[in-house]
Amino acid sequence: MSGETRDGRIVIVGASLAGLRAAETLREEGFEGELTLVGDEAHPPYDRPPLSKQVLLGRAGAGQCGLPARRELNATWKLGVAATGLDPLGKNVLLADGEHLPFDRLLIATGTRARPWPNPQEGALEGVFTVRTSDDSARLAAALDAGPRRVLVIGAGFTGSEVASACRERGLEVTVAERGRAPLIGALGGTVGDWATKLQRAHGVDLRCGVTVTALKGTDGRLTGAELSDGSRIEADVAVVCLGAVRNTEWLADSGLAAGPRGVACDAGCRVFTMYGIVTDDVFVAGDVARFPHPLFEYQLIALEHWGNAVAQAEVAAHNMISPGPRRRPHLAVPTFWSSQFGLNIKSVGVPTFSDQVVLAQGTPGDRRLVAVYGYRGRITAAVTVNRAKWLEHYQRLIESAAPFPPGPGAADHLADSEPVPSDVPDPRVLTHGPTVALTGHLPDRRLTLIRPAG
Amino acid sequence: MQIVVDLNRCQGYAQCVFLAPQVFELHGEEALLYVPTVPEGQDERVLRAAAACPVQAITVGEQAGEGAGVR
Amino acid sequence: MSSETLFRRITDYAHRADPYPLYAELREHGVARQEDGKYLVGTYNEITALLHDPRISSDVRNRTEPDPDLQPVEGLPPAFIGRDDPEHDRLRRLAMRPFGPPHSPGRIDTLLDDIARIAGQLADGLRDKERIDLVEDFAFPLPVTVICDLLGVPAEDIPQVHTWADTVVSGLDFAPGEDPGPRRRAAHEARMAMGLYLGGLAEKRRGRPTDDMLSALANDEGPDGRLTQEELMVTAVLLLIAGHETTVNLITNGMLTLLRNPEALERLRKEPELMPRAVEELLRYEPPVQFLPQRTPLADVEVGGVTIPKGVPLVLVLASGNRDPLRFADPDRFDPARRDNVHFGFGSGVHSCFGAPLARLETQIALTTLINCLDGPRLLEDPPVYRNSPVLRGPRHLPIGQTGR
Repeated sequence: MSGETRDGRIVIVGASLAGLRAAETLREEGFEGELTLVGDEAHPPYDRPPLSKQVLLGRAGAGQCGLPARRELNATWKLGVAATGLDPLGKNVLLADGEHLPFDRLLIATGTRARPWPNPQEGALEGVFTVRTSDDSARLAAALDAGPRRVLVIGAGFTGSEVASACRERGLEVTVAERGRAPLIGALGGTVGDWATKLQRAHGVDLRCGVTVTALKGTDGRLTGAELSDGSRIEADVAVVCLGAVRNTEWLADSGLAAGPRGVACDAGCRVFTMYGIVTDDVFVAGDVARFPHPLFEYQLIALEHWGNAVAQAEVAAHNMISPGPRRRPHLAVPTFWSSQFGLNIKSVGVPTFSDQVVLAQGTPGDRRLVAVYGYRGRITAAVTVNRAKWLEHYQRLIESAAPFPPGPGAADHLADSEPVPSDVPDPRVLTHGPTVALTGHLPDRRLTLIRPAG
Repeated sequence: MQIVVDLNRCQGYAQCVFLAPQVFELHGEEALLYVPTVPEGQDERVLRAAAACPVQAITVGEQAGEGAGVR
Repeated sequence: MSSETLFRRITDYAHRADPYPLYAELREHGVARQEDGKYLVGTYNEITALLHDPRISSDVRNRTEPDPDLQPVEGLPPAFIGRDDPEHDRLRRLAMRPFGPPHSPGRIDTLLDDIARIAGQLADGLRDKERIDLVEDFAFPLPVTVICDLLGVPAEDIPQVHTWADTVVSGLDFAPGEDPGPRRRAAHEARMAMGLYLGGLAEKRRGRPTDDMLSALANDEGPDGRLTQEELMVTAVLLLIAGHETTVNLITNGMLTLLRNPEALERLRKEPELMPRAVEELLRYEPPVQFLPQRTPLADVEVGGVTIPKGVPLVLVLASGNRDPLRFADPDRFDPARRDNVHFGFGSGVHSCFGAPLARLETQIALTTLINCLDGPRLLEDPPVYRNSPVLRGPRHLPIGQTGR
């Protein structure tokens, strides 16, 4: 490694999972210069997945979810202060407290935030929550502890479904309102979504699909209920807004980078594009906020709100930040994620929404254990396991080797009569919640041409 | 001491639950839940669990950025 | 020599003390078809792929040509180790209910003190001996006492149980040239006798529950119902045999390895907190189950550029995968502090070892106790005399001398 890449000043904007793991990788691989992490939250890095699971179940406190360090960092932390701008020519990050933070190389890892309820007055009612930060989760857990008569969950993506699951396990009445025709449809398609519909109803969730919440109602500043688009009314003293995420890119609005509502576009090596599609060499991006080309998905730019992607991409970005060109690596990891809800372990590999068909490869539909395999134009592109995690890596191999869809026979627990059916992936616009995987197009197009997705 | 489990790697072998049942828990047959802040007196069990994980998915360490917060 | 004879050479008793050069030869050949039509796989990535491939059956009834060495006992169904999902899964879940999570998560943890106490008592008996047989004096009685207690087998019956277990295990041996008929018949009879005995113990406790696994298997009713009497018999036999034959070897191989690597032994004496990782390394370095002889593809399966045909015998050589230099740096070195040690010591995938957590704890406690109590231990025979089995490979006796006695 040349002295030049080993030294200098690196600033990481974003002090959550991706920012932390990138910082550790920089040091691990020999970076000896100045390292600064900037985070808008006052807390040191913490893990978010438990916030909608253990924490809401009362098994762990929201303040207990701190991330363990993999190694010593010798870094400067600026926590509780947001980045507000970037001067790419002067190589400065502007902070909310007025400081100008100079850098030689920059990593953008600002992630996402919960999409707020669109009506701010209604959203400000006591009893209305989102689940993204540690503080969000602490407040919601306290509200659930108080024993509300009914919880309204708005949006049945993974977060909404996990919240509904935790409420049912605590014995609380739950209504889930979803604009699409089934839960999880945005991530797993309608066919697997229909299975999730049965699952939620079997666990006593009052699931209302094909409807939107048109208004949240309150008295004396407290939530009392909601009106739905089908004319019905629901009484609820807690509402959890699970409308997906908004990418934290506003601070880059005047930076000239390809940053917009769909994220920050980069090349396979995590180098950020300018708004003209020209690659930079000193600005990198990783985690939820990044959109990057993936060869398994025809080099479309994809954005993944996945824990594993944040770690893997941060490691690649960090490596590339301190490596000369020929030593740089591409970020090619196959997307993977998990969710646990209603006592089931749901895991996925590949991108289920990049599909036209799905087949039940193992297990039986009525069972709580199964493997569903997705295909696109005759090639396997994804698999989802329910309480069958030990088989998942087999399907990952099939995805990586572009194996034909449907998979061949032979699995001992394969039902002879299971045939591929349409995976029924919806247009993202019909969902209440934003998808956790977004195929965002082929080109690092100018942000001026990006259309803000329907909220 | 903090722990985080890479649940993408986790395949539900549950060795950690056997070895540190007050920290790790199976929710249903396969989903793993855990207490991220290791409770008092459980350090040794947690280290045993981390060593035994067949897919090496458990990271144990001190809180990252400890002392850096402004709270 | 031809790679077609590898299986014959690996199972040849002459190579029992050190089969590792043969495993290296196997890895050179990738997937190696044998003279009798078996397929041998010994490379890490290929073994991983096959252990997680749902088309690979553990039920030998799926063989195109029945294997006389692996016939189930007439009148008894195969235990879950020889079944496929969904039946394997149901039987294993039922067996797990009284043993571990999600139904009994704390069961093994509560045995910690008992294991330490038994190990301590056995170690006390070693203190004044100039010459120890580690197998007879320690490595055998520890896990057998623990598993019998856990299952609910009375202590006075242990010698009988041991005789049966030995006979069953010797039925699994590969002895080229010998007529295996009598040995196999004896093994079947012992398995049946053991099943009837354990089934009888469970039957006595039906409706009169005691605090042991046989009682729980007979009485507890979960979402999957209960084991039938036949299922209970074969499950109990499996747990009892697997619960001690393998752990005996793990403890014995562990002490053998530490005595051959005095710097590792010294390091563990100074850093006892390393023991959990040292046991993982031992599971990689000297795994108690060297290979899985029972697998069969349910379709033509391509791996490592070779198509393994449907219905043929497939042998996964775990101990070879554990020494694959493409996966493990410096694989022939015993490194008690090794990181990223994703080994095949307990297999992997849905059939991964049921009793792994118990074996781990027993071995950690056993080796820690031995390191602390033995005074200047040294090997009196190296290599020691091995048991016959190439699968459950370990010394028959391990004579150890102590200085200062």
